[in-house]
Amino acid sequence: MIRFEPRGPVAVSRMIGVSVTAALAALILAAIPMLFAGLSVFDAYGLMIKGAWGSMFAFTEMLTRAAPLILTGLAAAVAFRAKLWNIGAEGQLYAGALAAVAVGTGLISGPSFVLVPAVILAGALAGGLVMLVPTLLKTRLGVDEVVTTLLLNFVILLFVQMMLEGPMQDPMGMGWPQSEPILDEAALPKLMDRMRIHWGLVIALAASLGVYFLLKRTVWGFEIRAVGENAAAARHAGIPVTATFVRVGLLSGALAGLAGVGEVAGLKGYLTADLSPGFGYSGIVVAMLAGLSPIGVVFAALFIASIFVGADSMSRATGVSNYLADLIVAISLLCVLVSGLFLRFRIRLATSSPAQETAK
Amino acid sequence: MSDILEIFMSASFWAAAIRIATPLIFGVIGALICERAGVLNLGIEGIFTAGAMAGWMAVWLGAGLWGGVLVAALTGGFFGLIHAVLTVPLGLSQHVSGIGVTLFATSLSYFIYRTALPDVASPPRIEAFQPLDIPVLSDLPFLGPALFQQTPLTFLALFLVAATAYVLYRTPLGLAIQAVGDNPAAVESQGLSVYGLRIGAIVAGSAIMALGGAFLTMSAFDAFFFGMVNGRGWICIALTVFASWRPGKALLGALLFGAFDAFQVRLQTEVGSFIPGQMFLMMPYILSIAALIVVARRTDYPRALLVPYFKGQR
Repeated sequence: MIRFEPRGPVAVSRMIGVSVTAALAALILAAIPMLFAGLSVFDAYGLMIKGAWGSMFAFTEMLTRAAPLILTGLAAAVAFRAKLWNIGAEGQLYAGALAAVAVGTGLISGPSFVLVPAVILAGALAGGLVMLVPTLLKTRLGVDEVVTTLLLNFVILLFVQMMLEGPMQDPMGMGWPQSEPILDEAALPKLMDRMRIHWGLVIALAASLGVYFLLKRTVWGFEIRAVGENAAAARHAGIPVTATFVRVGLLSGALAGLAGVGEVAGLKGYLTADLSPGFGYSGIVVAMLAGLSPIGVVFAALFIASIFVGADSMSRATGVSNYLADLIVAISLLCVLVSGLFLRFRIRLATSSPAQETAK
Repeated sequence: MSDILEIFMSASFWAAAIRIATPLIFGVIGALICERAGVLNLGIEGIFTAGAMAGWMAVWLGAGLWGGVLVAALTGGFFGLIHAVLTVPLGLSQHVSGIGVTLFATSLSYFIYRTALPDVASPPRIEAFQPLDIPVLSDLPFLGPALFQQTPLTFLALFLVAATAYVLYRTPLGLAIQAVGDNPAAVESQGLSVYGLRIGAIVAGSAIMALGGAFLTMSAFDAFFFGMVNGRGWICIALTVFASWRPGKALLGALLFGAFDAFQVRLQTEVGSFIPGQMFLMMPYILSIAALIVVARRTDYPRALLVPYFKGQR
C-alpha cells in the first residue's frame, strides 16, 4: 500500500531538485521516440547540445528563443499562482504583437525613446485587455476561464489574419498576408552585431525580477498567493478576491503581450499569422517546470528553448521531424507533474491501511 | 430574406448540419462521461488528434475501416488512462494534466505521422466511410437526403447518445458514476471503488472522444492534416457545460451548433464579398463562449468536479 503524506513548507533546493529530475526524466523518456525514428540517442543529443550551446551563434539563437518563453512562462506562473487558469497566452501574445505593429508602423512618429516605450506599452496593454475579458466573465458571471481563454486563442488568431489580409496588410508586400515593417525608431535594438538577439531578452529578465518582487514583497503579491491557496478563506479574511483576479488577469495578459512585442519589434520586424510556434502553450510547460517561481521560469525557459533550437538543428542534420521538440516539451510537463508529488508529499510504503491508521 | 429561407429548405443544409455535429456529439458525450465522474478532461483536443491520426493510419496500413475505428478508440483510451492515473490516484491538477495530455497526444501524433511519412507532397488518402443506403428511409423525399444519408459513424454517435443516457440513468453503474462525481465519500462507504469508477469513466469517455477524431479522417475527409482538429475539442468542453451534463441536451447542443455552422457557411456564399471570411470562421468559437455565458448563472456542476479524492480522507 502506497501512501502520500503531506509535507510542510518546501525548501528551494527540493523544488530545484524536482525540476531537474523532471527534465532529466523527460530527456530519458524521449529516447523512445528517437529510437522509433531510427536515431542514435547519444548522437542526437550531441547534435542538439551543439545546436543550442555549441557556438556563439547557436547560443544567441537559443537566448533569442528563450525571451518569449520567459514572458509566456511568467504569464502562466502569475495566473496559476492565483489559480486563474489562463491558457490563452498564445492569443494574448498575438494581441500584443498586433498592437505593437499598429503603433510601430507609423501611427505616431518620433524618436526611439518615445516610440519604443509606446510600442511596448501598447503590446502589454493589448495583451492585458484581452485577458480582462475572460477574467471579468469569471468574476462577474462565473464563466469558467479555461475554456474561454482557450477559445479566444482561435478568435484572436483569426482576427490577426483578417487584419493582415485587410486594413493592416503591407501594400508593398506583394499580396502576402503580412503587416508593414515596424519603423526603425520603434524596433527594439539588437544586443549584438550580426546576431538576432535583441532587447526582448532584457525585458523578459526584468519582468522576471519584477514579478518576483511583486509576489514576494508587496501586498498585492501576498493577496495573489492567498487567493491561490484558498479563495474562500481569502475572501473571509477580507482580501479583495475579485480585484485580485482582475489584477492577475491584466498582469498575466500583459506579460504574454510583451512576448508578442519582442517577437515582432525585436526579431521579425513585421507581423505574420505564424509569428508564434506555440509560445503560449509552451509557456505553461515553462511555468510548471519552474514550480511557478518567477526566477525559476528563466531557467526553465532556457531548457525549453535549448530543446527547440537544438531539435531544429538536429532535425536539419538528420532529417528527423522537429515535432520531436514538441514531444519532449510535452513529456517534460507530464514528468514535472508526477515528480511534483515528491515535493508535496512524502511517499511511504505503508504496512497498515490508512483506515486502520485513522482508527487508532 | 428569401435566400435565407431557401437555405433552411434545402436537404443538403440539414445533412451538413448533422455531418458537422457528428464529431462534436462524440466529443461532448466523452467529456460528459468524464465530468459526470468528477474529472475534467482537457486532454480532449489531443485525444481528438490522436484518434484522427491513429484511426487513419490503421486504415492506411490495411486494418479496414472498422479496425481503424477500434484502433482510434484504443488510442483514446490509452491517453485517457494517462490522464486518469495522474488525476485520480495521484490527485494532480486536472487542468494542467489535461493540457499535458493534449500537448503529448498532439505532438506524438504529429511526430509519428511525420516519421512514417517523411516527405509526401500531398497527404495519402484512404477509402473513407460512405453514406449508408438505408432501405426506404434514405429514399424518403427531403427527409431521406436530409437525415438518413449519413455515414455509419454518425449513426454510431447517435447510438452512443442513447446508450450513454440509458447507462447513466437506468443502470446501477450509471448511478454509481453520477454519485462518484457528486459525493465520492458516499460511494466509498457503499463499498464501491472511487478510483475504479473514475478511472473507468475517464478511459471510456476518452475512447469515445477519439472516435470524434476518427470521424474527421475516416468520414468527413479521407486523409490526416496537421491542425485539422482546430479547437473542436475545446468547443466540446463548452458544449458539455451548455448541455448541463445531460446526453439528450448534448445531442441537441451539438446539432444546434452544427446547424449554425452549416448556416453561416452558406450565408458566407451569399454575403461573402462584404464581410471577411475570418468573421465567419470566428463564429464557432464566439458561439461557444456565448453558450457558456448563457448558461453560466444556472450551471449545476457535478459537485465533486475538479476535487481529487483520497481514500480515508473526509
